[in-house]
Amino acid sequence: MSIVVEGNALTQDYFVAGGLFGKAETIRAVKGASFAVEKGRTLAIVGESGSGKSTLARIIALIDRQSGGTLRIDGDEVDIGTRRPSPALRSKVQMVFQNPYGSLNPRQKIGNVLMEPLQLNTDLPAAERRTRAEAMLIKVGLAPEHFNRYPHMFSGGQRQRIAIARALMLNPDLLVLDEPVSALDLSVQAQVLNLLADLQEEFGLTYVFISHDLSVVRYIADEVMVMNKGEVVEQGSRDTVFSNPQHPYTRQLFAATPETDIEAIRARVARRRALHAH
Amino acid sequence: MPILTIRNLTVRFATATGAFTAVDGIDVSVSPREVLAIVGESGSGKSVSMLAVMGLLPDTATVTADEMIFDGTDLLRLSRAERRRIIGREITMIFQEPIASLNPSFTVGFQIEEVLRLNLGMSRREAHARAIELFQAVGIPEPAAKIQSYPHQMSGGQCQRVMIAMAIATNPRLLIADEPTTALDVTIQKQILDLLMKLQEEHGMALILITHDMGVVAETADRVVVQYKGRKMEEADVLSLFEAPQHPYTRALLSALPENATGDRLPTVSDFFGAEGAQ
Repeated sequence: MSIVVEGNALTQDYFVAGGLFGKAETIRAVKGASFAVEKGRTLAIVGESGSGKSTLARIIALIDRQSGGTLRIDGDEVDIGTRRPSPALRSKVQMVFQNPYGSLNPRQKIGNVLMEPLQLNTDLPAAERRTRAEAMLIKVGLAPEHFNRYPHMFSGGQRQRIAIARALMLNPDLLVLDEPVSALDLSVQAQVLNLLADLQEEFGLTYVFISHDLSVVRYIADEVMVMNKGEVVEQGSRDTVFSNPQHPYTRQLFAATPETDIEAIRARVARRRALHAH
Repeated sequence: MPILTIRNLTVRFATATGAFTAVDGIDVSVSPREVLAIVGESGSGKSVSMLAVMGLLPDTATVTADEMIFDGTDLLRLSRAERRRIIGREITMIFQEPIASLNPSFTVGFQIEEVLRLNLGMSRREAHARAIELFQAVGIPEPAAKIQSYPHQMSGGQCQRVMIAMAIATNPRLLIADEPTTALDVTIQKQILDLLMKLQEEHGMALILITHDMGVVAETADRVVVQYKGRKMEEADVLSLFEAPQHPYTRALLSALPENATGDRLPTVSDFFGAEGAQ
């Protein structure tokens, strides 16, 4: 199997400028992350706020340059700080953001949202761009007549479908998904997760899936990486991490996740009854 | 004997395109010492119905109900002044965004002391001492120092603890918590839910928990009301709801939970509910 994306000791430092009230300081948001994801697989990065998971996602998506370490896409080392990524490289890696209300331009029609990546990165003629955009709308479960509508005319789940469609327009190999379903209602979340699974199967896509939600991760991931305060505290296959978590933080995270299984509820109800009986 | 009984509650909003019914004939009741979860997705009217009880809806809303009885008194028949003696004292509420719920210009201590002075007529000195006690009760470390902090100096979890301290300051009979942990990390969520349950048991108050999260329901509720598009779909005790959900919508919600996935795709609401549910 070929490795699509590989990180080696990636770090990210943020420089906080000093001002009237504070001293300048450097904050290390990612403290050395290493990983490799094979084609067609899903790596889930799990963590709470401040864990550095989104910072790492931005490095992988070629939005921010890492402070240290190396990033390889399809085996080639990439450093966006020294050389601007080529259109071919940009096409390989695409990103979907958490908030579908914020990630679409309210003044841009959906058709233009989808055609813009083609305009910027390819020299396809206009008619071909349109055909591809309409085909993509159908692919993500929307319809060609949505082409001329504006983002406000869509629900949250539909907007996230549009954001996914935009990311797929350039036939990427790798999709970086930063909390793609956490702003969605449960029933819509299920639809979008299904769509992602369908697309992965059809196009052999590789996913880096950022999430704070362990039940979503357990459902979608092949490999899991747990981050806490910039550090990777645990990584491994989904089954190993979930069945036998090693790090205390991972265990703490599992313990805090609400359980919906009947036996757990039964036990809690019994405890509460006993308490009330006194 | 329930502490709060609402019958046939309807809330309509006047909008530019005509009246919109957000809550459509809902009955809710909660008993003393009971934890009731109202669960639903966006647009289910779960928050609006409780905001109607609190009288916090804007003027564009029309609230009607056959009765809204709290502890023997019909809230709908009270004057504004009489209502104020109940709302904020006997019934209190906390919200989803703890940082947005607090006034950024005043210390958290000032804000909780204000509640104590206005509602309980305490002097500044009494209020200050009681505020420190309350901070201790909700598990804020170094309460005497923290009381002088401004909201931006505290984390989201700590701000929610401050909100809870304010909400229990008057020893309410009923606390309404509207998505109290949705904005918080999962480890902090657990702490806040544990705190709410502990306080609920200690004070013997009724708790209405509004949430979209079936996990939160499973961990807290005695009884559950499931709402969808302003209507009540199902009402059951928590064990029956998870064990044998009666309404197709409840079944759809439970099977959409990723942890309940059986095949390699998740069932969606439309699989259970026809095309209407998929919209």
